[in-house]
Amino acid sequence: MIAEQKKLAITGAEAAAHAMRQINPDVVAAYPITPQTPIVEKFAQYVADGVVDTEMIPVESEHSAMSAIVGAAAAGARAMTATSANGLALMHEIVYIAASSRLPIVMPVVNRALSGPINIHCDHSDTMAERDSGWVQLFAENSQEVYDLIFIALKLAENENVRLPVMVNQDGFIISHGTEIVEILPDEEIKKFIGEQKMMYSLLDTKNPVTYGPLDLYDYYFEHKRQQVEAMDNVRKVFPEIAKEYEEISGRKYSFVESYKADDAEYVMVALGSTNGTIKYVVDKMRQEGKKVGLLKITMFRPFPKEEIQYYLNGKKGVVVLDRSMSFGAEAPLYAEIKSSLYEVAVRPQLGSYIYGLGGRDITPDMIRKAFDDAIEGNLVVDEQRYLGLRE
Amino acid sequence: MMAFNIKLLAKNHKEDKFVSGHRLCPGCGAPLVPKLATLVAEALNYDLVVSNATGCLEVSTTIYPYTAWNIPFIHNAFENAAATISGVETAYKALLKRGKIKPEREIKFIAFGGDGGTYDIGLQSLSGAVERGHNFVYILYDNEGYMNTGNQRSGSTPPGSQTTTAPVGKKIPGKLQLKKNIVEIMAAHENIYAATATVGDYMDYMNKLEKAFKFDGPAFIAVLTPCVRFWRIKENATLDIAKLAVETKYWPLYEVERGVYRITRKPRQFKPVKEFIESQGRFRNLLKHPMASEIIQGLQDYVDRKWERLLALEEATKDKPIR
Ligand SMILES: Cc1ncc(C[n+]2csc(CCOP(=O)(O)OP(=O)(O)O)c2C)c(N)n1
Ligand code: SF4
Ligand SMILES: [Mg+2]
Repeated sequence: MIAEQKKLAITGAEAAAHAMRQINPDVVAAYPITPQTPIVEKFAQYVADGVVDTEMIPVESEHSAMSAIVGAAAAGARAMTATSANGLALMHEIVYIAASSRLPIVMPVVNRALSGPINIHCDHSDTMAERDSGWVQLFAENSQEVYDLIFIALKLAENENVRLPVMVNQDGFIISHGTEIVEILPDEEIKKFIGEQKMMYSLLDTKNPVTYGPLDLYDYYFEHKRQQVEAMDNVRKVFPEIAKEYEEISGRKYSFVESYKADDAEYVMVALGSTNGTIKYVVDKMRQEGKKVGLLKITMFRPFPKEEIQYYLNGKKGVVVLDRSMSFGAEAPLYAEIKSSLYEVAVRPQLGSYIYGLGGRDITPDMIRKAFDDAIEGNLVVDEQRYLGLRE
Repeated sequence: MMAFNIKLLAKNHKEDKFVSGHRLCPGCGAPLVPKLATLVAEALNYDLVVSNATGCLEVSTTIYPYTAWNIPFIHNAFENAAATISGVETAYKALLKRGKIKPEREIKFIAFGGDGGTYDIGLQSLSGAVERGHNFVYILYDNEGYMNTGNQRSGSTPPGSQTTTAPVGKKIPGKLQLKKNIVEIMAAHENIYAATATVGDYMDYMNKLEKAFKFDGPAFIAVLTPCVRFWRIKENATLDIAKLAVETKYWPLYEVERGVYRITRKPRQFKPVKEFIESQGRFRNLLKHPMASEIIQGLQDYVDRKWERLLALEEATKDKPIR
């Protein structure tokens, strides 16, 4: 049954903090960095006011934040942190260790351009640097999705067949500092939905001692890496079940990808994060003009939902992929994945790669329309990387 | 305080918590460091949870699928043993508070780190965890170099010691800098019990372990731990050389409790530091170097000054805890 929900005008950062308040984790360790800071500040206030009884560790760096969270999670605690850009890069080494130790950590990531040069605004270079780390990566389009996805992420991370850490990405400033209406579920509903974590292999179980992080050489390492693949594959099975359960209490539906008028479209745009909102607006406008355009929004980037992408994009005339980060000397991350997914479809569409919004550069409806027009005019070139909003 | 002796430990000993079969070199001083710590915890009726920085101790005791640790153990990375244990200790507090765990015995937390993982790459993580006041004991096993990776220089390597990254050459007589004074750095955190120890004087080490476990707040023990492989010493010389370090003022045994200094061993007569140098093959090239006597004299002057300063600090800080 759908629960009665409270409507709050809050930012994406506040939505994340609200979700954390309702989770009331055992341990939070975090270090401030723009634009993630308001999450930590808001949560610290909850702790100070006794709204939650989480133990907070005010660490001296993000490296220590992730290190402490790995320790806390290995001890069997529900443990969370949050970060952005350089903070995520500083964690990088331990991000991999968290995944390979199979620790169910949930981390809101407020996407910001990775230095250098230093820049505090949105792009996806920070999270893309972690795409092979073994974390599940979810992308929110707006504050509501930030809020919802954090609970889904927690349940996914703690699922016995998954036991993997999850990043919930939100676009820096655009989502994190923009105020929107967010529907908040009652605390008891969330409590019921997330349940108690089943402690597995806790370091505090002194009767059954375990060794975490052993030296793992050529005789076993390979098999352990293979097990991580298995866990990722299990995400594909478990995620829809959890999303369905969440839909039953919230009325909001989540899947690997969201099709927005893509089913009968001839030209489809693919993107991550907040830009999907702008693309939907452009799709509506162009539909009114009789143009058969649509959108495929990617909510889950890791594991990559190849089958869903093949299902939606097979036989389209043109597919435009927007990337908010680059891979210097190679194709942009999302484009490379989409292109590779389409290798196996019966009727391959024309493909075009468009880079936009680096370092917080604005993306306007006109730019999106321009990319759609390229597709409609048959002017997509598979091997050409194009740029939206760049001064050339 | 109980005075530790072998009989007492034997009486309380039920089961080995750090077991043999690990792959540390024969004669290595490092395994004594956790061995004695686990024995003391057992005698005091504590359970232990341990974190360990990357290094000889960690790689040699946890080669999958084996482990020498009969207690919960976590190795995270090289530079974060302290941050990691701070997370474990915080989880303990949180889960106790929420009634999610009901331990029969009090749990104590130890982070083990080598000198590389402590003086150098892990210093920030350690300082942060101590400043935050977590209840844990950080035990440094100091073998004065990056031994696991084949004897590279660390902030703890003494001058003139042969390492692969500061070798004694025709021109440069090896490492020129003195050791970083890690105990002073840790003591400067003020709300801490900080001490030195060696594997050669295990009664002194065990007494300090007891104080460390019972101290309300973070504790730090720096244990001089000879490495047979790269100190170029005989397998049976480990303990004697550790003792010689104390007898030559090279490694004075003392403790600092909230700013109050106490020297725990005051040898009546000291031997020249040259004896310590000559006892180890790692200084062989230095001894052949034209600058040898100059460097050894410099070290002698330094340890003399350090000892005098310690005596003065002991006197000056008596009954004057800083916090
Ligand atoms: C970030 C990082 N840098 C470098 C290394 C390589 N490394 C592993 S152990 C080690 C030296 C360890 O020295 P120490 O802490 O003194 O311990 P020991 O091996 O001497 O016991 C180094 C350099 C690493 N594992 N991680
Ligand atoms: S190299 Fe040295 S420190 Fe490492 S195990 Fe051998 S003797 Fe011990
Ligand atoms: Mg060392």
